Amino acid sequence: MYIATARQAPAAGGTGRIAGNVLALGAVSLLTDVSSEMVTAVLPLYLVLGLGFSPLQFGVLDGIYTGVTALVRVVGGHAADRWQRRKFVAGLGYGISALGKLGLLAAGTSATAMGLVLAGDRTGKGLRTAPRDALITLSSEPSALGRAFGVHRAMDTVGAFLGPLAAFCLLWTLPARYDVVFVVSFCFAALGFLVLVLFVRDHRDVLPRVAVSLRAAFGLLRSRPFRRVCLVACGLGFLTLGDGFVYLLLQKKLDVELAYVALLPLGTAGVYLLAAVPLGSLADRVGRWRIFLAGHVALFGAYLLLAGASGISLLVGVLVLHGVFYACTDGVLMAVAGPLVPDELRTSGLALLQTGQVLARAASSVLFGALWTWFAW
Amino acid sequence: MRVLIVVLAVIALGAGATAYALRAPDSVSVAVEAGPVELVSGRLVFVDEVSGRVASVPLSSPGGPRRVSSLSCKRFYTAAGKGLCLADASGPLPGSAAVFVDRSLAERRRVEVSGVPNRAKLSADGRMASWTTFVTGDSYAQAGTFSTRTAILDTETEVYASNIEGTRVEGMKLANDRNFWGVTFTPDDRTYYATLSTAGKTYLIQGDAAEESAKALRENAECPSLSPDGRRVAFKKRVPGDGARPWRQHVLDLTTMVETPLAETRGIDDQVVWLDNDTIAYGLPGEGIWAVQANGEGAPRQLVPHASSPSVVVG
Repeated sequence: MYIATARQAPAAGGTGRIAGNVLALGAVSLLTDVSSEMVTAVLPLYLVLGLGFSPLQFGVLDGIYTGVTALVRVVGGHAADRWQRRKFVAGLGYGISALGKLGLLAAGTSATAMGLVLAGDRTGKGLRTAPRDALITLSSEPSALGRAFGVHRAMDTVGAFLGPLAAFCLLWTLPARYDVVFVVSFCFAALGFLVLVLFVRDHRDVLPRVAVSLRAAFGLLRSRPFRRVCLVACGLGFLTLGDGFVYLLLQKKLDVELAYVALLPLGTAGVYLLAAVPLGSLADRVGRWRIFLAGHVALFGAYLLLAGASGISLLVGVLVLHGVFYACTDGVLMAVAGPLVPDELRTSGLALLQTGQVLARAASSVLFGALWTWFAW
Repeated sequence: MRVLIVVLAVIALGAGATAYALRAPDSVSVAVEAGPVELVSGRLVFVDEVSGRVASVPLSSPGGPRRVSSLSCKRFYTAAGKGLCLADASGPLPGSAAVFVDRSLAERRRVEVSGVPNRAKLSADGRMASWTTFVTGDSYAQAGTFSTRTAILDTETEVYASNIEGTRVEGMKLANDRNFWGVTFTPDDRTYYATLSTAGKTYLIQGDAAEESAKALRENAECPSLSPDGRRVAFKKRVPGDGARPWRQHVLDLTTMVETPLAETRGIDDQVVWLDNDTIAYGLPGEGIWAVQANGEGAPRQLVPHASSPSVVVG
């Protein structure tokens, strides 16, 4: 039964109930993020200390993966629209990533196999994001989109918060048992997949079955408002420093132990988690585009603090502003863009926007990385 | 119904993961003899992989029963009757302790450092100490890549460099992505050899601990270890190949700069030790401690099973 009630009898705007589909997708993201952040947290330790890979062996590949996921994202978005099967494509993405956790165990000490497993994991992530966000927009009342995304992103961030914690607690009690971390990570991913299959409903019946082609997808860029959103988002993405870079600058200025840099993202995530829903609701009331731009003002404020402030005000200020930046931009941008794209091309449109953003950020990170490496700041 | 399925899945996955985590590790047994572990000549000292503790066997019969101490270390090195134990001191974040011990393994001093234990070395007379730890998550591009922290402590003057990454290297720019590891000292207690990694390449460097300066001797060389006569350096060289540990152990003659590949073809991820001027010893994960001739001839032979981090007491 795929009778999409959420759109026909939508949740009341503003402060009303959040659609069940959004909560279900939030739960899926929470579980999946616990799973993936567990692995992210221990993977370098495992590769270098567990397997004896050279520390430098894996950083190089990161750029290649970004290119691959960009392509996969556009193709996946297109496929989801063409067959109007967003849930299926998202499920494929979640499923591939879940299996990837077992792949980590199976890859053993082969660099090629390990590279393939990691590429598969990125592919899964690339596949699932756009159809998931499209489902959120299609399941929510347009006037409450900002709040719906706020709820989803807050749940997602809870997962990102718990993942590293779970991984380090496991390694603490079972020293050097990276395999246990991967098995537990797989369990969380499998649960996320199961919740998706059982609780998330697709919307393929409601939408008109129009011809959906890749050309139509790129044709979206002919629409002026959508093009403007894409251009501004990519432009701002290019001017954004990578997170790692912000934390590194913070570490250098505060002169804290390098090891504690791992804790700084938790500060950002905590603020993001708390601010996502209120700022999403605010965006619905005062204008999402305005909040999106305000988020970048907050980020600029964080950069100013990095340049000028010191001590505890620097630490707290930067982490709060950085978290507010995420709460103002990540979900809010999807809430801005969703209504600008016709329903039947929703996934393609969001995929296009996300891809542009990812590529802009990657270019910026390569540029800043090169500057950082060659000038000893 | 759907909720029931999820609950059942949680129970099944939880039980499965618990069973996996608690499944009995492959039991290994090694012959152990009673008696104290002391840093005296004629003994091969190492980390017993069964207990994680420092142990020793006579050099004359390394495959025989071992004596096991109560000192837990990830890495251990001994010289001149002194020992340096790099132990795991992790809380929620990875941490290490460099523990200095005397002849009977009693603790004399302790230096707490961040990161995961990796290498430890003393100079021949035990005066200079160096250790390396791995620290994650401080790369500009992504959280999750590695950097090393290598410390040098002069136990006589108490000059302590907690991280030698500020060392000037002749002809090289002071870039941010510089990592040093695997220090080995010469008998003058000042000159050392080590690995420098920068811009994706590794270099064998010769450094001066007092001047905090260094020069690169050659490319593609990691974890040097100086021979007792001070004329050769054993090091691992990256070779093409798929998989972990893509290294081949070589010995470099410092006067002629001629390098010789050793007979061991398995990848050695270790800073090897010299048993004498003709033989090196090293650990292989899961395969114990092995030895091979330093002139490229002969065949590798196993010295001690279920063991790592070998070193010998000389004199």
